[in-house]
Parts: sequence; structure tokens; C-alpha cells
Amino acid sequence: MSESQSESSFKIEAKNIDVFYGEKQVLKDVNMPIEGNTVTALIGPSGCGKSTFLRLFNRMNDYIDVFHKKGEILIDGKDIYRKKTNVEELRKSVGMVFQKPNPFPKSIYDNIAYGLRIQGINKKSLLDEIVEKSIRQAALWDEVKDNLKKSALALSGGQQQRLCIARTLAVEPSVILMDEPASALDPISTAKIEELIQELKEQYTILIVTHNMQQAGRISDKTGFFYMGDLVEFDETQQIFTNPKNERTENYISGRFG
Amino acid sequence: MNNLQRNKIKDKAFKYFGVTCTFFGIFILGVFLFGIINDGVSRINWDFLTNLPSYRPKKAGILTAWTGTLWIFGLTAIFAIPLGIAAAIYLEEYGKKSWFANLLEINITNLAGVPSIIYGILGLEIFVRLMGLGGSLLAGSFTLSLLILPVIIVATREALKAVPLTTRTASYALGATKWQTIWNLVLPASLSSIITGVILALARAVGETAPLIVIGALAYVPFVAKTPLDEFTVMPIQIFNWISRPQHGFTINAAAAIIILLAFVFVMNGIAVYIRIKAKKKSH
Ligand SMILES: Nc1ncnc2c1ncn2[C@@H]1O[C@H](COP(=O)(O)OP(=O)(O)O)[C@@H](O)[C@H]1O
Ligand SMILES: [Mg+2]
Repeated sequence: MSESQSESSFKIEAKNIDVFYGEKQVLKDVNMPIEGNTVTALIGPSGCGKSTFLRLFNRMNDYIDVFHKKGEILIDGKDIYRKKTNVEELRKSVGMVFQKPNPFPKSIYDNIAYGLRIQGINKKSLLDEIVEKSIRQAALWDEVKDNLKKSALALSGGQQQRLCIARTLAVEPSVILMDEPASALDPISTAKIEELIQELKEQYTILIVTHNMQQAGRISDKTGFFYMGDLVEFDETQQIFTNPKNERTENYISGRFG
Repeated sequence: MNNLQRNKIKDKAFKYFGVTCTFFGIFILGVFLFGIINDGVSRINWDFLTNLPSYRPKKAGILTAWTGTLWIFGLTAIFAIPLGIAAAIYLEEYGKKSWFANLLEINITNLAGVPSIIYGILGLEIFVRLMGLGGSLLAGSFTLSLLILPVIIVATREALKAVPLTTRTASYALGATKWQTIWNLVLPASLSSIITGVILALARAVGETAPLIVIGALAYVPFVAKTPLDEFTVMPIQIFNWISRPQHGFTINAAAAIIILLAFVFVMNGIAVYIRIKAKKKSH
């Protein structure tokens, strides 16, 4: 029984997840199977546990003292919370983009090369190649190609966020977690990032938290609606937006609360 | 309306009070500097820098004093910088919650306020007597290292604290370990502030007199120190010694030596300011 529990035909699978911060339960028996090369949107009102859920997949919740969880998170069939998991290795294959752009106070080039250098990759020609490839993938190349030595902090917010995406891509993860990556950006930057996510889907499995219903509708294949720690509904995005099964989902999507 | 006007007047009054105080300070300093330079500048020449001490003011030089100061500067830097930075990294990044770290923390904050002569007494007991180092350069630089360690630790911790959690989080999310994050991200980002703090601390060490007198540094050393175990003198002690002599020639020597010590300290502070300005520009 416990053998078969660890098997999964999905890229990612959350099984019977309960999360507690101290006494307080913030996720309740969440199950979510996710196929590879898809975009999954996580929606729901503030404080319902979306970010907490997202941080489970790269174990960033581990830094919160009062955090503990029950249940399993399987990636490529393996429970990432078992004892012998190397958390650093895990994070190289599960990248994360944060709500607020958080570039390092380094040059554009060094920002991208950072994740490679800490893996001991120092060969100039290889770094050059990956840096260019990642920045191109993040649709930022034309804007920065002449200024790779310039401080990343001098870029605009939208450029910084694409730089952060490029930085994540450089270490070649297979999964990318995004926590409201466009919420601090202007409409044009937001559109660029949405377009980017569509392209990245070809190679990556993407989970994205968003407050923006239209955005979820535009970019995702599947959508999960969270409400007070419950995964109320999880289905094809099309289905969720046109014909939700649950009344609370419908109310939320139609903007009646949230 | 009335209240607003009153506040504005208060505001202005305080501003002028502040400006007056500042100018008063600068004025006093200017008078002092003018006096010193007036007395001493013509005494500065090659012989003054390369002569050994002498009982004849015209023949006396500061060779042993400035080489001693350089020795003390270098040795203190070697001991205090790595130790201070390592201690700060431990306290700020690792030991945050242990009772031991708390104890250290309270002590360090208090130590920064202890008069320097107390460090001299500590150095006399531990380095000179217990470790048997005598009044040597080593004993002197150990003592001064203790003196400036709290300053370096506090400055380094402030610098480390200024690196925001969000950028550290980004580093962890890329698969960096804690030490990799400190070494590759936090230290480079805070380096200029750390260097500034270290330079200011060393500038302080170079100007210290009391603790070195207590551990037995001599005013009259007829040879240039060759090893860290040699006896020594430093610029401030030489100055102190000359000023207390009755002959006018020595007062002039003292003024000349003060100019050179001041120049050294100003250059160091200038470097610190320069690094700070450059770092500010880089991050904007
Ligand atoms: N570090 C933390 N410690 C304790 N409680 C937390 C912490 N982070 C979040 N929470 C609580 O967990 C719940 C879910 O938060 P979060 O996952 O951030 O929700 P969302 O991203 O949907 O807004 C909230 O009630 C929040 O107050
Ligand atoms: Mg959130």
C-alpha cells in the first residue's frame, strides 16, 4: 500500500495535504494532480493559503518555524519531503519567481550566472552561452544585450521581473512556481510576462498564483480555487470559468466576493 | 495658524542653532589645525622622517614612531579584521537564537563603550604578563585588536543586516546553501560598508595612546622594530612625549609629527568615504 502511494503518473501531485502554522490549520486535505507542460492557476481570496501551497513544492515553507504538514508532495513520483531529499538539488529543479521582483545587487550578467556559479560552473564560454539563452527566453535580450554589466537594480520593475524569470530558467528547472509575478507590474509588462508564460509551457510545468481572474483565464490550462484552506474546485480552466460546479467558485469568479 | 507659525519659528531657530554649533566646532578645529601647521610644517623634511630619536630636538626624527605605527596598523588589521568579520557573521547569520549569542551580543554592545585604558590593563595582564609577550608589538596589536573588535563587529552586523531578506530568499530558491548565500551574495553586497567600518576602526587604533602606554610601549626606542616581538613606540606616544618636554624645539617636533599622523588618519577616512560614495553610486 505505501509502495503504491508513492507512485504517480503525474509530473506533480499533492496528496492529502494538511498544513499548519502552529495550531492554525491553513490547508485542509488538499489533493492536486498536475500534468507536465501545463500551466496551473491557483486563485482565491487573500489568506486562503495559495502562497503556502505553492511554497510546498520547493520547500520554502521550511524556513517558517511554526510550519508543519501532513500528506505527500510527489514530484516525478518521489516524495520531496522524505528524509534523504537534498533540498538544494530540489530547488534547482523547482524554480520560483516571487511577487516582488528581487534581483541581486549585482550586474545583469551576474544575476543570471549566480545559480550556475554556485553549482561550480565557472567556464566563461558556457556561462556566456547560458546567460544569453536565458535572457532571450525571458524576452529581455533586446533591451539589455548592450548593458549586461549594468546593475540589475537600474532596470524597470517589469524588466527586473523578467530578469528574475531568466535567472530561474538559467539553472534549467523542470517546474516553475510563480507567486503573483505580475501583480506589482504595469499592464504592458504584465502582458509580456503572460505571453512569456505561454511560451515557457512548452518546456516547463508552471504553477502560478494570481489575483487576476482574466489572467488566470488567459494563460492557464487548469485552475484551482482555494477558499479558507480548502481546494474547493480544481478543473479545466475553461470549465471553471464557464461552468463552475461549486457555488462559491461561481461567486468568486463573478466577483461577488474576494 | 498661530501654532503653525510658532512651529516654523522654532524650526528656524533650531536650524540656526545647529549651524552655529557646527561652525563653532569647525572654527575651534581650524584654529587648532592652523596653530599646528604654523608650528610644524617647516620642520617636516626627509631627515625628520628617517632620523632616530635624539635628545637634541633638531636631530630627533620619527623613524621608530612611524614604522611602529605601521607595524601596529598592519598587525592589528591582520588579527582584528578576520576575527571581527567572522564573529559578526556568526552572530548575525547563525547564532541568532542561542543564549550564548545573546550573552555575546550584550557584551559586545557594552564593550564598545569601555574606556580604552581598561583594554590596556587587560592587555597588560593577559598578553604582557600571562602570555609573556612583554611590551612588544604583538602585545600592543593584540590589545588594540580587542579594543576595535566590538567596533568592527557592530559595523559588520549593520552591513549584513542591510541585505534584504527577499534577495536572500531568491538565492535559496535557486538552490544555494546558507553558506553559499552568505559568501556569494550577502558579503559582496555588504562589502563596501564593512570596509568602511573596518577602516574607521583601524583609524581609531592608530590614534590610541593610553592602552599602549599601559602595556609598556616605550617613548624612547633607539631602533626600528624588525619582528613582532620587538619593543616599539608609535606616533601618538612620541607626540605625547615631545609635548611634555620643556624645550621649544620638541614642541615644534610634536607639531610636525601631529601633522603627519593627522594626514595618515585623514587619508584613511578619505578612503572610507570614497568607498562609501562609490558603493552608493553603484547601487542606484
Ligand atoms: N509565516 C507565517 N506564519 C504564520 N502564519 C502564516 C505565515 N504565512 C502565512 N500565514 C497564514 O497562513 C494563511 C495563508 O496564507 P498565504 O498562504 O500567504 O495565503 P495567500 O497567498 O492565499 O494570500 C493566512 O491566514 C496567513 O495569515
Ligand atoms: Mg500570497
